[in-house]
Formats: sequence, C-alpha cells, structure tokens
Amino acid sequence: MSSNNGAVAARRGVAERRARRSLGLGFLASELAVLFRRRRTWAMLLALAAVPVLIAVAVRLSSSGSSGRGPAFIDSITQNGLFVGIAGLTIAIPLFLPLTVGVVSGDSIAGEANTATLRYLLVSPVGRIRLLVVKYLAAAVFCLAATLTLAVAGILIGIALFPVGPVTLLSGDTVSIGDSLVRSLLIALYATVSLLGLSAIGLFISTLTDAPVGAMAATVVLSIVAQVLDSLSQTAWLHPWLFSHYWLNFADMLRQPIEWSSFGQNALLQLGYVVVVGALAYGRFSSKDILS
Amino acid sequence: MTSRSIANPSELAIETTALTKRFGRQTVVDDLALSVPRGSVFGFLGPNGSGKTTTIRMLLGLAQASAGDISLLGERMPQRLGAVLPQVGALIEGPGFYPFLSGAANLRRLDSADGFAPSRTRSDRVARALERVGLSHAADKKVKAYSLGMKQRLGIANALLAPRDLIVLDEPTNGLDPQGTREVRSLIRSLADEGTTVFVSSHLLAEIEQMCTHAAVMRAGRLMAQGTLDELRSAGTTRVSVTTPDAEAAARVLLALGLDTGHPDASGPVAGSTVGPASTALPGTVVTATLPEAVAPEDIVAALVAAQVRVRGFSVDHASLEDLFVALTGEGFDVVQ
Repeated sequence: MSSNNGAVAARRGVAERRARRSLGLGFLASELAVLFRRRRTWAMLLALAAVPVLIAVAVRLSSSGSSGRGPAFIDSITQNGLFVGIAGLTIAIPLFLPLTVGVVSGDSIAGEANTATLRYLLVSPVGRIRLLVVKYLAAAVFCLAATLTLAVAGILIGIALFPVGPVTLLSGDTVSIGDSLVRSLLIALYATVSLLGLSAIGLFISTLTDAPVGAMAATVVLSIVAQVLDSLSQTAWLHPWLFSHYWLNFADMLRQPIEWSSFGQNALLQLGYVVVVGALAYGRFSSKDILS
Repeated sequence: MTSRSIANPSELAIETTALTKRFGRQTVVDDLALSVPRGSVFGFLGPNGSGKTTTIRMLLGLAQASAGDISLLGERMPQRLGAVLPQVGALIEGPGFYPFLSGAANLRRLDSADGFAPSRTRSDRVARALERVGLSHAADKKVKAYSLGMKQRLGIANALLAPRDLIVLDEPTNGLDPQGTREVRSLIRSLADEGTTVFVSSHLLAEIEQMCTHAAVMRAGRLMAQGTLDELRSAGTTRVSVTTPDAEAAARVLLALGLDTGHPDASGPVAGSTVGPASTALPGTVVTATLPEAVAPEDIVAALVAAQVRVRGFSVDHASLEDLFVALTGEGFDVVQ
C-alpha cells in the first residue's frame, strides 16, 4: 500500500504544480534583461546611433551647398534636419542593420549551446517551442530598438546641427513637424518589419550549430546574397520572393496620404518567411539531440 | 549482467528498459535496464566514455533514445517532460552559466525558465540555494570571476532551486577541493535525509562508496551490475590466504575442503601465483584460495592444524568494491571505443 502512496503523492504534486503554471512572460522578461544587459547589445546600438551622427557631421562640415550626388535624402538634410533620421536608416538598412540583427538572431540558440546554458534551460524545463518563440520575440524587440535608435539619434543630431521646419513630402505636400516625426517613427517601424524575416532565418540557422559566430556570419551573408540577387536582372522572377525585396520601399510613408500597399506587401512577405522558416526551426530544434 | 529488479516498480524514481542510444554506427548506450528506487542515493559508476552522460541526457529529455523506454518519477519520458522535469534538479556534464551575469542573476534566469516557479518567491529561492552551497558571499559577483569550484557549486545550487523529488548530479565533485568534496557529500546526505532521490554519476569509486546506498556499474554502454552496495560487495569473491612453509600440504587440505586454489580470480586481493614466496617479514609460502560460502574459515584452520600444516598466518579478505569495479570495467586507460 505504501508503495502506491508515494506515486499518488507524486502525481498530485505534478497536478498542483501544473495548476500554477504561469504564462511565461517572466521568461520573456528574463530574455530581454539578458539581451539588454550585455555590453555587446549596447555597443551595437551605439554603433547604429553613430551612423546618422556621422552623416550629419560630415554633411555639416562640407555643406558647400547641395552636391546632388549621394544616397537618397542626403541633400535634403541641409534644408531640414528632420531628414537625418531617414537618411541614417537608408544607409543602415542594406548592411548595418542586417549585421546587428544577424548577431542577435544567429546567437539566439547557438550562443546558449556555446555557454552550455541551453541544456539547463531545457531541463528547467523551458519547453523547446517556448524557448524558440521567446528567442524570436527578443530578436524582434532588438530590431525595433535598433531602428528606433537610428531614427531618434538622427532626429536629435538633425535638430542640433540643421534648421528644422515643416517637411515637404515626396508627394509635394507639406506636413507639420509633429506629423513628420510620426512619419519618421513609421519608417523605423517599416524597417523593423523588414527585418523580421531575416530574424527568423537567423534563428533557424542558430538551431543548426553550436558555434554562434558561424550562425551570425551565415545570417549576414544570406542578407547580402539576397540583396545581390535582388539587383540582378537575370533573377527577376525571384525578386518578389526575396526577403530584402521591399527593404528600401519605405518612401511610400512619405506620401500624402500614406501609401500603405508597400507596407502591406512587405509585412505579408515577412510573415511568410516567419511562418516557413519558423516551421523549419521548430522541426529542427524540437527533435535535436542537445549534446552541447 | 545483473539486472534484477531491486524494488517494487511503482517505487522507482528512474526506470529504463532496453534503453539504447546509437550515434551513427556506434552504440553508446546498449540495452540499459536501470532501476533506481525512490529515496536511494544511487551511484552511477563507470570509467570515462562508458555512456553515463549520454544516459543522463536521455533521462532528462535532452537526447532522444534510439530504442527503449524511460520512466522518471512514474511518468513516461520524454512524453511527460513538462510535468516531470519541474520536480527534477540536474547538474549535467559541468555547469553552464552566462559569464557576464552574476551568480544570483544566473539562477534567477534559470528559475524564470521554469514556468511552474512562482516569480514572487524567486529571490528567496535563489538566496536559499546560494546559501546551501555556501555561495552567498559571491552572489553578486559575475560568474566569469568565479573559480571552477564556485561554478560547480553554482551548478549544484541551480539543481536545488525548487524542492525536488529527484536530483541528478553528473560528476558533482569535479573541480572541487577536498573541502568542497566533503561539503557536496554532506549536502547529498542531507538531501537524502529529506527524502529526495539522488542519482550521482562518477568515475571515482571511493566517492560512490562513501555516500551511496545503491550503485550501478557501466562499461562501454552496458550495465555490468546494479544493486545495493552490500549486494554488489557480496557479488565479489572472498579469499583466504595461508602463510606456511608446508605449501603443498596446505594446498591439499584446502582442496580436500572444496576450496579452489587453481585459478585465482583476477579480482581477488592477491592476484598472481597461487603458491609463491611470502614477504621476508613472514618467512614461508602464501597459499590462497577462493572461499565458498559453505565453508567456515575456522574449519579451515582446524583442518590445517589437524593435517599438521605449520600455519604462520591466516587471513580472510573480502573483495573491495574497487576490486569489483576494476574487474567489471577493466583497469587503467583502456577506455572501450
């Protein structure tokens, strides 16, 4: 009889514990705390903030008038400082942003494997799906932090170095300063959405290896390959399916009224990547032997 | 191979049947049938590379078994992983922590990963676990500044975060100084006193012998023996040695009593020749033989005296667990590939 009592008590213990299972927001908070407590994260955000600052300073020092050559929005800066944030985003989107996103998402699982913390998280037990979801959400939060850093740093340095006033949009309309600030944030949001597909790819690659540096590099290389393919006319059939295809189409946020169709197309494409690559990551990670 | 069931199945904390793990063509764990009774301190013994850690990884759902079944605390694994693991604390193949976080922050993170652990009492749990392994003073120090022994303690603290029914410790005294080793031993004893089942793997026999009630011996992925320490000891042989100048007469007497002097067991304390010169301190020749249970040692002495054998020394030696361990797993560095 006593032999059964132990088992019954244990089963009751299991039931009680399950009853108080939390939603798991605590673990997301913990993941974000770990991410933003790392010096590496802050170094990357600082480097991103330096992009619009360098642009603004360079333009200010050489402001012999509009030279006319250079990336989009650069010549608008001297007339209105509010364009610095947008110019910074334009320059950062092809390389700097994918670089930082590649580091964060590529490190997500492989980094835990590398510090041997993965096995302890899994026996806590965190649940493999929950770990993937939380890691992905943290990467998405980093994307938002990165683009907002760029936009805000650009706006601040623009205000400091250049005249600021009502903004003339691409459609010719003029909007107030407040409206233009909202649009800058919308562009940051657009860039965040643009990076969601790449984040999912980084997470997937991260489940394939125990070497975080390899996963980071592979993610960044993929982002470059996608952009190269997007610029070749021979691969035109592939262009609409490349996750980087709509990355620079945020100019539609600068029309009156706002042209939402490119935002929608981009969001749909990124969602597709998140679903497909996320499923691959799940398929790989849920059955993986954790031997790290 | 002894794979007797040592307790009623419902009282087993860990039970595996035909558990097998293959990596490619290599079989790392082969047809393993473990029975770990609840409340025991179970030593999982084997040389390096004998499949201990792989077994532990399968028990905890980190690696999938190629074949066989696992039951942990009466629940099937890995199907019931989410329900079972909150009651299991583990240290697996060395500790793993974020070097840029403090010891306490690392424990808080792992605690938050357990969806069943209430966040209100998290700080209390972390503080208690740190105190239990003697790390309170270093709670706010970054782990990268920890010594190997401190990291090992922090790993044990993680296993103790919540009240557990089962604690799995893989080589818990690795990197610890003698003082730390003693502390871990007394910690394991206090856990056992609270009714927690402790499953300790080690390649050090002395460690297992000092703190375990049960043990299993692995070699090359196979279970060589398992049971209580007494059962394991009794499985070893007992030998008698007679020191005498009348070696041949003594051997005849022993043979007449049914003692086998011909083929000494390699695990016996006096390996080598059955009849050989004794040390200079005790002139004469040593005759050794395996002692069957049916024969009492005093009868042997009486028979020797009756046969007028001049006995200068007589001893009965139980095979130590170490002899058994060496006999079961081989000696030295012959790790089986």
